[in-house]
Amino acid sequence: MADVTVAPIAPAHRHLLAELATAVALIAAPPLLSRLGFAPDTMSRILVLGLFGIGFDLLFGYTGLLSFGQAAFFGTGGFTAAYLLTRTGMSSVMLSLALGVLAAALCGIGVGLIALRRTGIYFAMITVAIAQVFFFLENSPLADFTGGENGLAGVPAPTFSLGFATFPIHSGWSMYGFIAACYFVGLLVARRIVQSPIGCILAAIRDNPLRAAAVGHDVHGYKLLIFVIAAAYSGLAGGLLGVLQGYMPPDAFSFDTSGQLVMQTVIGGAGTLYGPLVGAAVWLYLRDFLQESAGLGAQWKLVLGVIFVLLVCFLRRGIIGGLKDLIILIGRKPTGAAERSDAGGARSGEGGGVAAAVRRPDPPSMPPSRVPCGAPGPILAASALTKRYGGLVANNNIHFAVEPGELRGVIGPNGAGKSTFFKMLTCEVAPTSGSISFQGKEITGMQVTDVCQLGLTKSYQVSQLFTRLTVRENLTIAALASLRGKLRIDLLKSPARVRSLHSRVDATLELIDLTGRCDVPAAALAYGEKRRLEIGLALATAPTLLLLDEPLSGMSPMERIETVKLLRSISRGRTLIIIDHDMDSLFELTERITVLERGCVLAEGTPQEIKNNPAVQAAYLGPESVA
Amino acid sequence: MLTWATFWSQVFNGLARGALLALISSGLTVIYGTLGVLNLAHGAMFMIGGYAGYVAFTRTGSFIVALIAGSGVVLAVGLVMERLVIRRFYGRPHEDQILVTFGLGICFVEIIRFFFGSLSRSMPPPPRLAGITSLGFMVYPTYRIAVVGIVAISLLAIYLVLYRTRLGMIVRAGIEDSGMVACLGIDVHRVFMIVFGIGSMAAGFAGIVNLPVAPITPDMGDSILVQAFVVIVIGGVGSYTGAVLGGLIAGEILSISSMIDPAYSYVALFAVMTVVLMLRPRGLLGAEWRT
Repeated sequence: MADVTVAPIAPAHRHLLAELATAVALIAAPPLLSRLGFAPDTMSRILVLGLFGIGFDLLFGYTGLLSFGQAAFFGTGGFTAAYLLTRTGMSSVMLSLALGVLAAALCGIGVGLIALRRTGIYFAMITVAIAQVFFFLENSPLADFTGGENGLAGVPAPTFSLGFATFPIHSGWSMYGFIAACYFVGLLVARRIVQSPIGCILAAIRDNPLRAAAVGHDVHGYKLLIFVIAAAYSGLAGGLLGVLQGYMPPDAFSFDTSGQLVMQTVIGGAGTLYGPLVGAAVWLYLRDFLQESAGLGAQWKLVLGVIFVLLVCFLRRGIIGGLKDLIILIGRKPTGAAERSDAGGARSGEGGGVAAAVRRPDPPSMPPSRVPCGAPGPILAASALTKRYGGLVANNNIHFAVEPGELRGVIGPNGAGKSTFFKMLTCEVAPTSGSISFQGKEITGMQVTDVCQLGLTKSYQVSQLFTRLTVRENLTIAALASLRGKLRIDLLKSPARVRSLHSRVDATLELIDLTGRCDVPAAALAYGEKRRLEIGLALATAPTLLLLDEPLSGMSPMERIETVKLLRSISRGRTLIIIDHDMDSLFELTERITVLERGCVLAEGTPQEIKNNPAVQAAYLGPESVA
Repeated sequence: MLTWATFWSQVFNGLARGALLALISSGLTVIYGTLGVLNLAHGAMFMIGGYAGYVAFTRTGSFIVALIAGSGVVLAVGLVMERLVIRRFYGRPHEDQILVTFGLGICFVEIIRFFFGSLSRSMPPPPRLAGITSLGFMVYPTYRIAVVGIVAISLLAIYLVLYRTRLGMIVRAGIEDSGMVACLGIDVHRVFMIVFGIGSMAAGFAGIVNLPVAPITPDMGDSILVQAFVVIVIGGVGSYTGAVLGGLIAGEILSISSMIDPAYSYVALFAVMTVVLMLRPRGLLGAEWRT
């Protein structure tokens, strides 16, 4: 199920503990690992690769973007810093490194703007192709700056001055210390990013990018942001490689460099931040061991390739993921029992849920956070809305208006065009012609993200949850969208410091009656619970106008009673439009009903009027029954 | 010096190169379109084809035997690879499929390196196709003209198999909805295995045809793979005709721009890819619904 553990919200002291442990490990590593035969330079190299991998892990492990082109930024950062230090007479190593990072980040913006136009395999292919261009550029057109196939030699090591004394860095342990310090800072920053609200959103994008956009996050913006951050990490690592070796090799740009990074990260475990470090250590240790001790010569890479394939086949979460699973397996007895009793409780909650729901006091009402717009007139108005799919007219010339505070039902036989109509209202699909305005503002042709930010959102007919994340995380993601806006770069902020996030999530949990299940992954929920969470996701964005696409579908009669009650409480202080096939519930719940048939508005009126409308009866029961 | 003769010979070079790229990319795109798997070991298939053809040629001295035996070897490698590894990955995310084929590609390269070393090998063109032919306005190596012909025939053969046979109908139905095809009582996995084999064979076949044109090394597949990616991005993922069109375009861009400055030929190719992505993100002939 969840192959990456995302823990955006956890006690602060545990994080400090992990960071402290990292610092201790970095300090303790030299005496311990040198006994295993690790030379100081090898350990420094592992740290450089580990740092390179942190950026890649943020991109791949946490956001799900598999790039095979990170070498482009590794090389850019490395050659920029090396060029400044060897050819321009710049004396400050730190400044050169910083400029290298900047250059890599700028390239990241450019490449990201192109590569992120597509997702999935397209993204992987485009990053490969672009990285190859960097390799070619470095090799010939820019050879005057980069040394071409010779690389740049003579990169100096830094010297730190404290006024009263200077500390020159030499190769060996002082170099290890310098690089370890850089690694540690890089790791701290990455951990803060992962734990920030943005870390939460990245997990959402990885899990279900369409829903992340629908609840109001600028998915493309966040992807670009993390792409640039990964490029910056690559640039820093590249610069450090030059400093470490005193030489910047041209193969930093090669496809092999990117591929090796991917392999090391997967071997160590993606989505852990530490994975690349572990992977690099295993990689370099095995390389030296196989080449020298085992006498395999050039075949070491075949052995590593086989190990990699086996890991992808059988242990996709890598060494760290495997160890985590092992720890859980060993410590299973107590937690297993707890889980069972928990599941039992949940089951009884399901079975007795109806009774409980009936007994339960009215759920708390949760008013929308936005001040209702003062503009007079309908909150939502669609005029002459038409949608054609080729020759098929899904919606034809629909005029539709809803007053603020109204609870409107939309019914119609299957294929009447109800869902298409909703998709146009939330700007998921653009109408062929016609216009839509929300609170007096024209929204035709806007993005679904922007419309959600305005306060108009939808719950889906087929649940669109962040299945690998817990219920609480699901709601947190939705709530963050309305509390932070569609794009905000607060990389180092703790989610605990987002105002009223906690109360919003708790209130929504209580409203949809999932407080007791808040730490369960969404994938493990029962059907009815998933449907409630689906509504909860829309609700947590605090919409002023909420569209519900068949919220009652597939529910048992008792679950329907419960959900109708939920809908009634949601409707306080906000406008609701509900599509459903459950006439009895809609007639009872809503004030006005619009009937769609064959893409057109057939009738509109109070439930009583609709019930008695002969055209509606004919549409549902066939013309004979009316006569 | 830019003369008409050099220009036309570069156009022909581009045609030969583009035809090979089209063949390789069509294999890649048919596999992706049908199985939903992006095969990063596809470049290695090209390379294995070259080595298998080379071995067959050194044993028998016959170009025809090299073509047949080499294709057979790559077909077998493809079938076994699908059966043993790829099949486990249909239900897993795209990233996992990419990772595992990437790893397999590395293993293939290293295995070949183990047996043949890193030095390059080459093979002369068959005697009948050696030498040069006069086309009236210029003279051109005969074999490269033959390459265009051989590749055109194989592209046509693949097209006929894909669009004019029962297997092809199943394959195209599988592209639309493999679950539904399985529901109709067709053994989808067997079809997938055949498609993977044929797709790999296309790359391997190209590797053999390319043998007399350029020497082979174990890691030659990497750059071919990258070029095939560009071809597919230009032509549109999953589109057979897109791959052919993209291949020809890419071949011509690489050849004609290298006439001006070889250092920038790859940059020119990439620039075209970027323009296509900007104007038509799904590629020239890509379908809307495939992302």
